[in-house]
Amino acid sequence: MHRVEVRLKSHLPDARGAGLVKDIRDLGIETVSDVRVVDIYWLDAELFPDKLDLICRGLLADPVIQDYVCDSAISTDTDSTSTRRVVEVTYNPGVMDPVEGTVMKAVRDLGIDNVRAVKTAKRYLIEGELNPEQVESICGKLLVNPIVEHIVGPDTVPFSEHPRYHFKLNHYYILDTDDSGLAEVRNDFSFSEPELQAIIDYFHELGRNPTDIELETLFQTWSEHCVHKTFKGKLSFAGAGIDNLMESSLTKVGQVFQWEGIRITIDNLLKSTIMRATQELAKPWCLSVFMDNAGVIEFDEKWALCFKVETHNHPSAVEPYGGAATGIGGVVRDPLGTGLGSKPILNTDVFCFAPPDFAHEKLPKGVLHPRRIFKGVRAGVADYGNRLGIPTLNGAVLFDERYLANPLVYCGTLGLMPRELSQRGQQQAGDLVVVVGGRTGRDGIHGVTFASEQLTEESSTLSFTSVQIGNPIVEKKVIDVLLQARDRSLYRRITDCGGGGLSSAVGEMAADTGVRVDLEKVPLKYAGLTYSEIWVSESQERMLIAVPPDCIDEIMELFDSENVEAAVIGEFTDDHQLRLFYHGELVCDLSMEFLHEGIPQMQLEAVWQPPYHAEPDFVSPNDLGGNLQKVLGTWNVCSKEWVIRQYDHEVQGGSVLKPLVGVNSDGPGDAVIIRPLLDSDRGVIVSNGINPKYSEIDPYWMAASAIDEALRQIIAVGGDLDRVALLDNFCWGDTRRPEMLGALVRAAQACHDMALVYRTPFISGKDSLNNEFEYEGNVIAIPHTLLISAIGIMADVNRAVSMDLKQAGDLIYIVGETWNEMGGSAYFAVHDLVGNSVPKVDAAKAKVLMDNLSTATGNGLVRACHDCSDGGLGVGIAEMAFAGGLGVVIHLEQVPLGEPVDRDDFVLFSESNSRFVVEVAPEDREEFEKTMGDTRWAVIGEVTGSGVLEVYGQDGHQVVAESLDRLKEAWQQPIRW
Amino acid sequence: MSKVRVLVLRAPGTNCDMETVFAFEQAGATANRVHINQLVRGYERLSDYQILVVPGGFTYGDDISAGRVLANEFRMGLGEDVPRFVEDGGLILGICNGFQVLVKAGILSVNGGSMPLTLTDNDSGRFECRWVNMVVNRTSPCVFTKGIDHMALPVAHAEGKVVTGNTVPDANIVLRYADEQGNCGAGYPHNPNGSMADIAGICDDTGRVFALMPHPERFVRGTQHPQWTRRSIGEQGDGLRIFQNAVRWAESL
Repeated sequence: MHRVEVRLKSHLPDARGAGLVKDIRDLGIETVSDVRVVDIYWLDAELFPDKLDLICRGLLADPVIQDYVCDSAISTDTDSTSTRRVVEVTYNPGVMDPVEGTVMKAVRDLGIDNVRAVKTAKRYLIEGELNPEQVESICGKLLVNPIVEHIVGPDTVPFSEHPRYHFKLNHYYILDTDDSGLAEVRNDFSFSEPELQAIIDYFHELGRNPTDIELETLFQTWSEHCVHKTFKGKLSFAGAGIDNLMESSLTKVGQVFQWEGIRITIDNLLKSTIMRATQELAKPWCLSVFMDNAGVIEFDEKWALCFKVETHNHPSAVEPYGGAATGIGGVVRDPLGTGLGSKPILNTDVFCFAPPDFAHEKLPKGVLHPRRIFKGVRAGVADYGNRLGIPTLNGAVLFDERYLANPLVYCGTLGLMPRELSQRGQQQAGDLVVVVGGRTGRDGIHGVTFASEQLTEESSTLSFTSVQIGNPIVEKKVIDVLLQARDRSLYRRITDCGGGGLSSAVGEMAADTGVRVDLEKVPLKYAGLTYSEIWVSESQERMLIAVPPDCIDEIMELFDSENVEAAVIGEFTDDHQLRLFYHGELVCDLSMEFLHEGIPQMQLEAVWQPPYHAEPDFVSPNDLGGNLQKVLGTWNVCSKEWVIRQYDHEVQGGSVLKPLVGVNSDGPGDAVIIRPLLDSDRGVIVSNGINPKYSEIDPYWMAASAIDEALRQIIAVGGDLDRVALLDNFCWGDTRRPEMLGALVRAAQACHDMALVYRTPFISGKDSLNNEFEYEGNVIAIPHTLLISAIGIMADVNRAVSMDLKQAGDLIYIVGETWNEMGGSAYFAVHDLVGNSVPKVDAAKAKVLMDNLSTATGNGLVRACHDCSDGGLGVGIAEMAFAGGLGVVIHLEQVPLGEPVDRDDFVLFSESNSRFVVEVAPEDREEFEKTMGDTRWAVIGEVTGSGVLEVYGQDGHQVVAESLDRLKEAWQQPIRW
Repeated sequence: MSKVRVLVLRAPGTNCDMETVFAFEQAGATANRVHINQLVRGYERLSDYQILVVPGGFTYGDDISAGRVLANEFRMGLGEDVPRFVEDGGLILGICNGFQVLVKAGILSVNGGSMPLTLTDNDSGRFECRWVNMVVNRTSPCVFTKGIDHMALPVAHAEGKVVTGNTVPDANIVLRYADEQGNCGAGYPHNPNGSMADIAGICDDTGRVFALMPHPERFVRGTQHPQWTRRSIGEQGDGLRIFQNAVRWAESL
């Protein structure tokens, strides 16, 4: 055993340490002057001094900037004599640091092959007067996450033995006369009573008791995460929304909802609303919808795009870095596992956190501080996404206290594939089951059920096996070889190993054939896994393919040529059974029919009643400049540049319109545009809409607003609605409560209604329910949060428009009507109000308006365009002005109103949907106005070179005169970390 | 005349290989993506190419330190092939992670290899993606930057700070970070990583081995520039000229 310590030469600044000093200050501890980080490597080997020296000098330490010491030469950095505190942290047993594998490989490259294992640790040298509580606070809040790490002393032996597993087949005795077997099942699994009854009936018919792995398989396959049983359930809906439902086109087309007096029965909400809209629109360019791992649309005659967004909320709550990293790793495998495989070309990330200034002392036990969650999630997503070489271009970060223990982490990936490979493959009996990529460990056991259950104070200790450290390079290698194998037609079908592990992946792939798997053939990270753990493990970076026997040698050779691990673990059959073996012993024998069709439909109650919130009791302030600064500086509106810059948004060379735009590349762009094929002018526009704040008033208009917002952004950058596809991602509280489910019904209904009018089909989606947290008897549910992600095809990217103002003297238009719609607005939020007048969407009118505006941008008549969203016209015009570095004057009396709005503050900050601020050159005025036709628009001002934003109120006097520097500073300051 | 052949090296974690191939193709060369194993196992020979590129990415995850493990593999697996390739007149270009690899493998040698030189964590302690301006040293022997005065390119890295033991001879410093007016010493964010002497790119003593942290392959056409919706940028991007210079030089061999 050898221990090597590598540290920066003492005269060099330690950038990692400097970051920690800042983080420690954020904890309110001011006495720490310096932190230095020492990298520690443990080598499990007996090496001659020259070999050890070769490893240190040639590999572990950089002689220009680092020093190293080994073994006996190490003098411990004691903290007894001075103000220095020493903390050494390593990963828990079973948590694999990817660096360990890399060091092993590099040591072998050096010609040294007797190192059995490597383990890493980090030692932090903290300088400053600290009391024991402060040290504990620094360790607990910054240095150590007990879910994956622990503190070690200098002489701890880090290599733990993994005990061997001795096979023993376990049964649950549910058919016995006494109820103890059933009680055990109830204790070990959270099946609903109807589900349990279906299982009893099935095994009763078979005349035998189930094995543990059979129940595990059913539990995974029937989990909310895998089967979306709430959305597919039979719902009985009542309440205020019912009038609205009656008027909805849903009921007009009949058959969807069955009326029973004042209640409506909805049989499968997903099929009745979101999927139904897609079906009715029947767009020929939708190539594969709601059936594969991602939705697929046509890009051009030769290429197709697929798009998927997922959530990784609960893992990110307990281990933000690992949870978020595996979130992006997981969603990237969706496009890779769609059709016959697509290349990931863009990532999108949307996060919802509690405010970063949340008081530490108010934090519930077992909950990480939102700032730590934010930083950890951002780092996890960036480290994984950047390493995969996928540009992270689109996203959003939202804040609300109710995300405190339930942060939301949405990760999405866009993929590109040959059009003719866009359909899901079909294996044949005799094809081999091959698992490719990462090895299987005890990672993420029961991750899907963890994802579907409520978090409690104990979650962070109970769920430790649910989180793992991702290894993006393994995934990158898998992508590299699988795309080559795809192009050589070496497999017939592909899917990802995600939630539910092999259990879900193999079970789903073999649903219409049957399969036998030899579980001992699955490559393991370490010994000791039971047959059942192998089957349900959610270890990352694994893909599953069906390989014809005559291709197996060629494909295994291909994997070997790039050092990618793969193993044949079984074969597909035609017996429609799931048969699993462990060293020849049959451990699972389930019929595919029962596995996939046997789950009883959920019966659920749903109700919705509109709430009432207080209305403002103040008059419109004379000076709105201060209010504008406040709104710009709210967590939700402020600049997210700190996040965006840490993502690579240029890799792959396709970015045409970047997330940050303007004269200093720091303005908030609307949608982003990429060019997937570098030699073509055809592009993809990617945008998102998310407005959880409106769901406090009405989830229907929340969902409608989210769709409108996603589409507005596409229009704002020069796109059109001709070929736009949507994804839905619902994150909700516990839908077993009728009012939660009622809200979900209303939101889903809006998705249907809006998609039909805008003629923009949904192509895929996902839901994450039970986002609640129990704390001292109180249940905190997240706001109903629907993320709408949109992709649009752009025929010519040279037509793109950015939101920054371009030229003094140009005209400023507002397009669309402004209503008295302050409910849920950013302006009301700074006044601690919610209100009731939620922004609505008149989609039929908005469609005409957007189509006309598309024509105008397509004809080159638009210099800059920005949509009005959070903070309304006020924030929109301010952002355009400081992004362009110019100046602007606008007059509120010119703003076209949908109804009388007699307050300047309301006109400036109303968040009415379907509105745009547009810059037009004076010479294009006539042409632009002709193109916009009889939609509502008006010239409200002009671009100046003054560096000042001036706003004049409805009675003509000035209500805002703010320098753009001040406005920009207010907007940039909050997250300038 | 047959086309110039470019070997774009791939290793686990390389991720800028496709756009680097595209850039060389735009410059008129034939570019092949070749995995390091194919070279080490002898299925491909370096001597069949005129230009070797180590493109950007996170080879081996930047584990230990960026470029370290691939550099090790270069030294152990390719041995004398690389120095011989340079001796025979071949060109080597390292971009971003490729810069880190070439330096740590000792391939990019300054003063005959006696100059202690490495790349380490950005002063900000963060990965950063942003566009930077650079001025080109017209007196350097670098064949890749002939005729170029200044460039704008994006950087995207966490370990791009050049650290040297001694003062790097001026001739070896090819690119320096600068502000929009071309002034060096402008500080962060113009120098995005705290690099000593604002060094963004250096060449070896022959001028045929060149490495830089910014990504020229990400700016080969105008619409890749962040300002193209504001002002006229032109059809071609600044980065393209680096590839054109390399191909032109190799054609003359």
